[in-house]
Amino acid sequence: MNNIFVYCEIEDGHVAEVSLELLTKGRKLANEIDRKLEAIVIGHNLKGIEKQIFPYGVDVIHMADNSRLYPYLTLPHTEIIVNLFKQEQPEIALFGATSVGRDLAPRVASSLKCGLTADCTSLVFGDHTENKTGKEYKNLLYQIRPAFGGNIIATIINPDTRPQMATVREGVMKKEIFNATYHGEIKQINVDTILNESLMAVEIIERHIEKQKVNIKNSQIIVSGGYGVGSKDNFDLLFELADLLGGEVGASRAAVDAGFVDHARQVGQTGITVRPKLYIACGISGAVQHTAGMNESAKIISINNDPKAPINQIADYVIIGNVEDIIPKMIKFYKQNSK
Amino acid sequence: MSFRIVVLAKQVPDTRNVGKDAMKADGTVNRSALPAIFNPEDLHALEQALRIKDRKDDVEIIILTMGPPRAAEIIREAMYRGADSGYLITDRKFAGSDTLATSYAISLAVKKLQPHLVIAGRQAIDGDTAQVGPQVAEKLNIPQVTYCEEVLEINQDELIIKRRLERGVEVVKGKTPLLITVHSSAPACRPRHAKLLMKFKHARTVSELQEETKDYTEMMTNKPYLRIEEWSVADLDADVQYLGLSGSPTKVKKIENVVLARKDSVELTPSDKDIDFLMKELIDSHVIG
Repeated sequence: MNNIFVYCEIEDGHVAEVSLELLTKGRKLANEIDRKLEAIVIGHNLKGIEKQIFPYGVDVIHMADNSRLYPYLTLPHTEIIVNLFKQEQPEIALFGATSVGRDLAPRVASSLKCGLTADCTSLVFGDHTENKTGKEYKNLLYQIRPAFGGNIIATIINPDTRPQMATVREGVMKKEIFNATYHGEIKQINVDTILNESLMAVEIIERHIEKQKVNIKNSQIIVSGGYGVGSKDNFDLLFELADLLGGEVGASRAAVDAGFVDHARQVGQTGITVRPKLYIACGISGAVQHTAGMNESAKIISINNDPKAPINQIADYVIIGNVEDIIPKMIKFYKQNSK
Repeated sequence: MSFRIVVLAKQVPDTRNVGKDAMKADGTVNRSALPAIFNPEDLHALEQALRIKDRKDDVEIIILTMGPPRAAEIIREAMYRGADSGYLITDRKFAGSDTLATSYAISLAVKKLQPHLVIAGRQAIDGDTAQVGPQVAEKLNIPQVTYCEEVLEINQDELIIKRRLERGVEVVKGKTPLLITVHSSAPACRPRHAKLLMKFKHARTVSELQEETKDYTEMMTNKPYLRIEEWSVADLDADVQYLGLSGSPTKVKKIENVVLARKDSVELTPSDKDIDFLMKELIDSHVIG
């Protein structure tokens, strides 16, 4: 009872990246308040799926396996989760902010009359005192999200309703195996008593889902390299930093033309326009064609040999120096400082 | 029997132009300090309704919004583009509603209107939550189809809809009554129609009529379609415990402004001390996790 639940999205027999990221976060939150981490998996032919899930430190998997449950449909998935939550009374429930999660979580929250915060960028515990009543709350989930077109950062709490529900976009949280040999318990949900015809009001006729490709557009953190990075090998450093921060690697046209990375990563007028919360420009001088595709980034760091590089004008932080010296230091100090 | 569509729309502050006075002390939005616009994806929703009306006989489009009295502006805007009538849910008791409390109020209004189809924008630009559509559907106990890009086919009791997902498309069949939310990849809304602009430019709510210096009595009697209905908490027979701040399980604990004008850059050296400082600052400000 009162544990931390993560809804695991399944596509083609694989647990979605965002769900694994949430399991990683969920494990940390569970440890902080000494609760269990429980996963919900709903789909078809799920045998063996637990092997992808337990290593993230999952104590219980609630599994609903039925041919009518895959691909995802709103009503049956909602019904199963609402029933489960009524029984298990979770403290926290996390969903990916994906086409599925953003369709499902609000419906579940509405049915349970509990609060839901969309697209959180950070989830931490904190205390709260209600101004009017003086009532004190310990270890509420602070759901931190940008709002109002990114002009404000709001901290949202749900003092009195449970579960405290939140969705998080892919790539925002870090994915990390907790213990490769961790093993929990599987609880099968009896689907037959739940599913009925009225839940099948919407029917899928056709479905085309592409495999996950490089997707820097939705990435919240982009480590981007220009011609100044110097070589394909030096780009590996950028990939290492991006991986560590849960971000993606971008590039300027000059770096793409030089063959350091492929075109799918090109940011700028002839590439992709991005608005991440952090853009780290490495060895990019900052031609208008490039900055047009990234100047709405919330924070910009420029790493450049040239103190006069135009990109420094729009950067929040400017580090004058060599990319190959500075990136390893960023990696080192990130590891030292992150919890 | 006519086919009735309710389009849910919201007047939103234009978050592309946020000034200093945008937030009130309690963390809610000071809407009066910002230009108010028709939420962009709700216009896409209206267009889907209009396209159904283009190819099906006897379709009635009702625009429904919730907000302060000035939100009547978007009802008129929708009428200029082809909506037949409009309802405004307005009452001070709704102030401070989160998505759950909002959905409750809207669902009561939709119930009174008894539509075959409810169409809403996927999300509003002031909150970007995409929650109200699915939550209204849940409160009405009807199915939902989110991220609609195109209604491919429509019959009295069945629709075929193309959905735009993150990594693909899906075609689904849904039975009415149904709620659909429309994605930004759907066609943009047609412009105002000159004839409709003339027809509806005097459309007014009761509150607006009270403010008018001109006498509208005769016009309203002769042209009843100019009346924009207003619904209060009492009209909706709503339970006040589910409304406003008391009906909202989510509370705003804290608001931090993201500084818009870029400050002078912080210049750093490649020294250990500087890079350590930078990474700490990024972690502390939640820029990186």
